[in-house]
Formats: sequence, structure tokens, C-alpha cells
Amino acid sequence: MNEKTGSMIDVRKLVKRFGMKTILRGLDFQVAQGEFVALLGPNGAGKTTFLRILSTLSRASLGNIRIAGYSLPNQASQVRQKLGVVSHMPLLYGDLTAEENLQFFGRMYNIGNTNQRIGEVLELVGLAHRRRDLVRTFSRGMQQRLAIGRAVLHDPEVMLFDEPHTGLDQDACDMLDKVLRDVAARGRTVVMTSHDLGRVEDLATRYDVLSKGVISASSRKSDLKNGNILTFYKNSLAVHDG
Amino acid sequence: MNKKPVVLLVLDILSLVFLAVAAYLALSFAPMEVNMGNVQKVFYFHVANAWVGMLGFIAAGVAGIAYLRSQDPKWDIVEVAAVEISLVFFLIAIVLGSIWAKPVWNTWWTWEPRLTTAAITEMIYLAYFMLRGGIEDPNRRGRFSAVYTLVGAVSVPITFMAIRLFRTIHPVVIGSQTSQAQGGFNMSPDMKVAFFFSLFTFTVIFVDLFWHRIRLGILASKVEELKLKVME
Amino acid sequence: MAEDKNPTTKPGSFLKAVFAITWKDLAAELRSRELLSAMLVFAMLVILIFNFALKLDARTRITATSGILWVTFTFAGTLGLNRSMAIEKDRGCLDGLLLAPVDRSSIYFGKLLSNLAFMFIVEAIVLPLYSLLYNINLFNPGLLLVILLGSIGYIAIGTLLAAMAVQTRTRDVMLPILLFPVVIPVVVAAVEASGGFLQGLAIAEVSYWINLLLVYDVIFIAISFMVFDYVVEE
Repeated sequence: MNEKTGSMIDVRKLVKRFGMKTILRGLDFQVAQGEFVALLGPNGAGKTTFLRILSTLSRASLGNIRIAGYSLPNQASQVRQKLGVVSHMPLLYGDLTAEENLQFFGRMYNIGNTNQRIGEVLELVGLAHRRRDLVRTFSRGMQQRLAIGRAVLHDPEVMLFDEPHTGLDQDACDMLDKVLRDVAARGRTVVMTSHDLGRVEDLATRYDVLSKGVISASSRKSDLKNGNILTFYKNSLAVHDG
Repeated sequence: MNKKPVVLLVLDILSLVFLAVAAYLALSFAPMEVNMGNVQKVFYFHVANAWVGMLGFIAAGVAGIAYLRSQDPKWDIVEVAAVEISLVFFLIAIVLGSIWAKPVWNTWWTWEPRLTTAAITEMIYLAYFMLRGGIEDPNRRGRFSAVYTLVGAVSVPITFMAIRLFRTIHPVVIGSQTSQAQGGFNMSPDMKVAFFFSLFTFTVIFVDLFWHRIRLGILASKVEELKLKVME
Repeated sequence: MAEDKNPTTKPGSFLKAVFAITWKDLAAELRSRELLSAMLVFAMLVILIFNFALKLDARTRITATSGILWVTFTFAGTLGLNRSMAIEKDRGCLDGLLLAPVDRSSIYFGKLLSNLAFMFIVEAIVLPLYSLLYNINLFNPGLLLVILLGSIGYIAIGTLLAAMAVQTRTRDVMLPILLFPVVIPVVVAAVEASGGFLQGLAIAEVSYWINLLLVYDVIFIAISFMVFDYVVEE
């Protein structure tokens, strides 16, 4: 935790350039423990870039980032221990079973009690009955759920989700949401990017809009004027354009 | 840095002047070599070009390490300039070597260690440019190029030693290992003058071209920057 | 640039990660056998082609054998290296590895070991096969030593360059282009030393080559693991 502001995630003046192009322009972003932030924004706004930087997969060009009390990029290893990341690719090995995949990641994260933990996690994501099946036989929805399992295996305090509903049908999305709620319920801090305003409305406690390289609007669910997330979103973009 | 610095202009002029003088020294001033005749005169420029190729090679390696440590794009520009120049000068050296070899040993190519290593270095340079061509992101391109430059810089000396060892065990039928057959000969004082002046001249030309190429690279990146500003 | 070492990450977890990666590669390959079968079929085709391309009588066969073997291993090796990295890149699994709280070089060493294992498996099948087909005894301890050292050098630099190549546009073609010019010392030394052992030369006569291989192996394992960070991190 950051002593000064008590934020779990503390980003100040984040700049990210790719060659000559500047994607993120002095972005500020603070998330307190236990918040579930939905990060919205148009395509190409930089949501994925931002999440990759928070995941330590990419480095900022400028700015300060602290996650769970550790700063990036110098303490990236410590940060990774506290992070669980789910992107739209499942990051799983098709030729291994669900159990073997989790065993592998368990070793990479150096967790103890591996077998028991694997059992717990598979229960959580509703895949206990497919424990010994090869991941390449899983549907996309099941792979996403297993991916979440992989992400919570080491009991991280912060979870990052990048468009996790991509490519899933209605049922799969509902199942995913159930898992997301369970995951968030344990006091974890969550940041999720999404295009699906409807889904996000239920899950999140706060909505932020990333537009033109900065957070252009932020609102807690309870503070939402009109109680309508769609209006909020459109307004925030309009304001920024004008 | 818009106008060409005066020093660079002076260097341009000096390069041309020195080149003319070096040519005169090599072709007229230096005496003809007893065994090989006029074609031996190719040797003055051949070695000088190979020398410059080496300079470029080392410069590229240094620039690569500098880039990895600082991530400053300027070092990437320096590195590309060094590799390009080294590529061209080694090529000239190789061609001159062939021109020398044909009349003397009746073959366009000898698998002589230095020549072979130069050819392998050219392959590494070509691979370098192909690598750069296949990467969009400038940061990744810079990093990968620098890594490959480092790998190349370390492997080439080892390659040279391996080939030399190989040749000691397999002497080529073309000639014995005497200095004559290797293209060696004793240099008279006049020849030494021509030789060292050639080395000096081509070093000056190297610095001149290197500087020009780096300026070109910096200008190109400025153009890219402006292009993106306009597009936004 | 490498970040500061995590004080809470024990050195034990580095090795654990390395072996986890190696195990994962081997286990997955055991199931699909795609990589190994591709390498093996390719190796056998190369040997077959050589049989027709170089009409070898019994005498020249011995001297040509070491060359043929190393050409075969070199080309089959690139297949394995490419495949092994492509698996990580294609499903984004490399990100999964990068998210783990361990030093990046553990990925390098893990991959190095599994790539080596694949190369050894292919060599272990090709050698007896070649022995049978050409009636040459290849079970020569000196030869096996050379194959060991040569493979290590080849895979050490190959793993690094494969990690780069797989991130470029022309990925399959890129690896041989990058790899072959810098791996020449290994090929020269390995062919010479192998040939020497097959002809029954004493170890003293091939010692230069063995030393060269050792030096190359050490240098390139060191360089590769030091710069690996720059190749996988953004």
C-alpha cells in the first residue's frame, strides 16, 4: 500500500511513446484497495497499452507507478507476485491438461500446497470436472475461466483484466461474470477494460474513461448522474472532444 | 543542425584531395613490384578499405552496447551508419582482392582466412538489415539490432580464428604457405609511403562518410517526427 | 536493463522456474510430438538427399560423414528452435512467462534446456540410423563428445536468436539467416573434430577444435543470458 495516499495502484503522469507516437500523455490513475474499476474508452485510446504497463509487460516512457507498495520498473518482480492478469488470450498451453497448466504456473509463482490450491481454484472457476482434460479440448469460455484460475492461483491482491469477454457467447459471459464477482468479492482490487457497458455496469464500483491518452472522466457507480452509464460514457467523450 | 558544419565541409574537401594524392602515390609514386606487376598496386587500396571496414565493425559494436545501456535512439542511428559503411568498404576490399587474385593466382576467390571472414561479416550485415526490415516498432528494432551487433561482434573474431586453424590443417592447393603465395612481399620505403598514406586517407574518408551518414539518419528521424505531428 | 533482484525471491525459485519451463516443454511435446516428428522426418530426408547428391564410395564416406551429419543437425535444429519459440509467441504464452515473478534469464535457460533435449533426441535417432544405412560405426566416445559440445553452442545462441526471430514479420526465414553466419565456428570445429575422431585421430590432434567449442559454448551462453532481457521485454 502506498503510505501517502493509501492507494493500491498509484499512477502519476504516465507517458508512453512508441517511436515518435505518444499513446499515453501524462495519465494519472489511483485505485484504492477493494475497488473494481471499469476502464472504458474508444478503440485505440490506449487501454491495452495502459494495462500492459500496469502488468509490467511493457515499460513506461515517463512517469511514476506504484502497485501494492512497490514501484515500477525497479521492483517489477515484487509487483508481479501481487498481480493476476487475464488478457483476451488465455496464455495457456493447449497440449497440457488444466491441472498441468496450473502446476506449471504454480511452480513459476513458487506457491506452496500446490495440489490443494489447484483444487480450490478449479472449484472457483467451475472446472473441477475437467481437471485432467487437455486444454485444447476446452471451449473458449472454459479457457478464459481457466485463465482466471491461473491468474488467482498465487492469491494476488490486484487483478487486471483486458477485455475478458472477447469472443464469448452469452452463457459463457454469464459464467465469467459469476467468477469475476467471486474473485472481486475477496477484497481484491480489480481493473477491467471492456467495451461491453452493460456487463461492466453490474460488476464495477467505479467507471473511468480513457480517451486521447489520459483519463478524461471518472465516476463512482453510486455517484453516477442519471444512474446511466451509457450517458456518462458518451458525455465524457463529448466533453473531451470539445 | 540544419546547415552543414564548416568542419564537415573541410573534411569533404580534404577527403577528395587526399584520395587524389593517395591514388597518385599508389599508382605512380610507388615502384612496381617485381613478381606481380602493376596489379599489386590494388593492394594499397585493398588493405585500406579492409581497415576502414574493421573500423566500422568496431564502431557498430560499441554503438550497440551504448544503445542497450542508454536506450537512446541516437546510438541506433550511429550503429546503422557504422554497419552500412562497413558493409560497403568490406565489399570494395573484397572486390579489389578478387581483382588482385585473378592475375596472380588465376582464381577469383581464395578461401583465405581474412577474406572468408570478411565475406561472413558481410552476411552478418545483410542479416542485420533483414532483421531491421522485419520490425515495425522502433524501440524493438533498436534493441534487436544492438543485440545482433553484439553477437556478430563476438562471433566474427572467433570465426576468424576457426578458419585460420582450419587453413593450417588444410593448406590450399593454390600455393604453399610462403609469403609470396599469400600475396606477401617486402615493401620498399616508397611503397610504405603509399601504403600508410592510403590507410590515412581512407580513415579520413571513413570519418567523413560516417559523419554524413549519421546526419542523414538524424534528419530522417526528424522527418518521421514531423510526419507524425502532421498526421495527428 | 535488468531490474533490481527481488529480495523475497529465493534463488531456489529461479531453478524451479527453469526446470518448470523445461518440464512444460517436454511434457507438451510428448503429447503432440509435432516438433520431434518434424525434426526427425526432415533429418532423414536430408540424409537421403545427400545419398543421391554426393555419390560416396566407401572411402570418401568416412570423411564426408561428419560434414553430412552436421549439415543435417544444423538444418533440423532450426526447425526445432523455430517451433519451440513459435508456440510461446502464437498463443501469447510468452506474456504468461513474462508475468511470473522470476528473472527473465530463467526463461532463457528453461528454453535452452528443452531445445537441447529435443536436439539430443533427434541426434540419438539419427546416429544409429546413419550407422545402419552407411555401415559406419558412429558409437565413438569422441564423436559423442563433439556432438554434445557442438549442440550446446548451437542451441545456446540459437535460443536467443529464435526469441528475436519469432518477433519479426518474416519469422521462419529469419532464424537461419541470423543464425548461420554466427554459428560457423561451431560448424567448422564440430566437423573437423568429428572427422578427426572418426578417422581415429588421437585426442591431442583434435584438441584445438574441442577447446574452440568449449570457448564458444561458454562465451555464447554468457552473452545470450545477459542480453536475453532486451529481447523479451518491452
